[in-house]
Amino acid sequence: MGKIKLLQGNEACAEGALYAGCTFFGGYPITPSTEVAEYLARRLPQIGGVFLQMEDEIAAMAAVIGGSLAGCKALTATSGPGFSLKQENMGFAMLTEIPCVIVNVMRGGPSTGVPTGPGQSDIMQCKWGTHGDHPVICLTPAYVQEIFSETVRAFNLSEKYRTPVIIAFDEIVGHMRERIEIPDAGVLEIVNRVKPTCPPSEYLPYDDSKGDVPPMANFFEGYRYHVTGLNHGTDGFPVNASPRIHTDELRLLRKVEANRAEIIKFEEYMLDDAEVAIFAYGVSGRSAKTAVEMARAEGIKAGLFRPLTIWPFPDEQVAELAGRVKGIVVPELSLGQIIFEVERCAKGRCKLEGIYRVDGDPINPAQILAKVKEVK
Amino acid sequence: MAFDYDQYIRAGKLPHIWCPGCTYGIVFKSILRVVDTLKLNRDDIAMVSGIGCASRLPGYVDFNTLHTAHGRALPFATGLKMAKPDKHVLVVSGDGDATAIGGNHFIHACRRNIDITVLVFNNFIYGMTGGQYSPTTPSGHLATTMPYGNIDTSFNIPELAKGAGASFVARGTAYHAAGLDKLIIEAMQHKGLSVVEIINACPTTHGRRNKFKSPTDMLLWMKDTYIPAVAFDKLPPEKTAGKFPMGVLFKKEGLPEYCENYYGLVERLKKQREGRA
Repeated sequence: MGKIKLLQGNEACAEGALYAGCTFFGGYPITPSTEVAEYLARRLPQIGGVFLQMEDEIAAMAAVIGGSLAGCKALTATSGPGFSLKQENMGFAMLTEIPCVIVNVMRGGPSTGVPTGPGQSDIMQCKWGTHGDHPVICLTPAYVQEIFSETVRAFNLSEKYRTPVIIAFDEIVGHMRERIEIPDAGVLEIVNRVKPTCPPSEYLPYDDSKGDVPPMANFFEGYRYHVTGLNHGTDGFPVNASPRIHTDELRLLRKVEANRAEIIKFEEYMLDDAEVAIFAYGVSGRSAKTAVEMARAEGIKAGLFRPLTIWPFPDEQVAELAGRVKGIVVPELSLGQIIFEVERCAKGRCKLEGIYRVDGDPINPAQILAKVKEVK
Repeated sequence: MAFDYDQYIRAGKLPHIWCPGCTYGIVFKSILRVVDTLKLNRDDIAMVSGIGCASRLPGYVDFNTLHTAHGRALPFATGLKMAKPDKHVLVVSGDGDATAIGGNHFIHACRRNIDITVLVFNNFIYGMTGGQYSPTTPSGHLATTMPYGNIDTSFNIPELAKGAGASFVARGTAYHAAGLDKLIIEAMQHKGLSVVEIINACPTTHGRRNKFKSPTDMLLWMKDTYIPAVAFDKLPPEKTAGKFPMGVLFKKEGLPEYCENYYGLVERLKKQREGRA
């Protein structure tokens, strides 16, 4: 039996990071994610880890990448405008394959928007925020317990695939307090980056001959190598106008795409015999679950598909679902973003209805139920 | 015996990208001599850079090297240093990289007084992109984005660093190469944030648009313009117009250093816990 605690989502995120072995946090104050930083400002110095409040969001992201390159599991947490500012260096971490975890506690936007209200309108930015083609793993927990466990999973995926992992939840779940159980050490699997075993003279930091995820040497451990945000060869040095750029960028995508089965995680709730499905994540997923129960009480066969991995998108699962339900309802705290991904996968095989809301309040179960009835 | 630079240079990574007449090679060699003089273990050095001509230097040296995004070398370096405070972290940057896009990082690294050495290669121009004015381009100089002459006012990098809290500030030039070794040695030995502004020449994108007929003219300009601080301070004001001091311009030992402060806190918390146990 682990420890039972009453925690806020943001605090559970910090606890999850510590459980995963995070020893480095770089951040900048921003609502509604600040509690992640505040919690770790207390905890990290206690365990000999590094807590850094940097001069801005860009610097926080950079410091996190530096910390990771020096061997730490590293975390940053932010919201809206801060997430925009981090994009440049997130791209750097993607291309240079330096593991790190970025938490985005989503608020309303664009611009300063509604700092104290929930949002889900950064979800496409999570995928496409930084320039260029790039791999993205983004997790979308909806409960405080899930924020804890998905944070652990985020670190594991990041270390395993040498790529930044985003955790996107919203202000409501971030600030909500729920009872959670923090498992004893050893209960949840912890993954650490694979280090090279070859002599330093033979080390090629981006050698893909033995797999899509090359072993990663930390700085200062005898493997002197070069890390650059320029496209690079297997030895880490810049290449220009080379076919290698194309094949290497494909490899970066393949690290995620070829491992969809492991990375993609979701909850299916009463979907077996469902005639109407709701596709919803985060706080909207919570409302949707209640809506399913309300619908069932009225004899309507509704069910919920709640992705815990939003990127890569659960293409196959949504395609399969679209083939066996009359319609899919997509509630989201945006003016319509993730619904287009659902549409892409559903390919017109069922009805599709969105529920959009950006006024700072969540979509309530009654709103969802009404839409379910329309689609039925 | 001639100094063996090859021992610190990555085999096969030369020639470098710098233009003929560029003075970065002079500084490059100075850095390697310093590393040798200080007998630093190459495994224990990280050289971090941003974007620009100077920022390509780490690619050529056989250390742990990190070529980051424009202006961002210092926060990356801060991450490395905080994770491994016993290692040497050296940042190479340019005038645009350090004081324009990276200006905020620069002043805050100075303020923290974290034990990192920052070498700012000031060539007064954005060279890599072809000669746009930077925060240090002298007023009146021509640049591709100041085609009628620079109407902007320039930064004095050592004054900026000192004002922001750096505990060691120096200025050297590519012309005064022997003196440069000494400055970089002193900077690297100093505990705290050390900044060395190194005056460089970009004949290709700055000099030829600004009446410097050859790279040599630019070096001679450095010779005439930069005066040892001790001598500079004794000159009457009418003789210092258009001249700048060089050498160690500011140095203060014993100021709180960020890693020491942080890990001091870690130790204090540990002792408190042990005291309670």
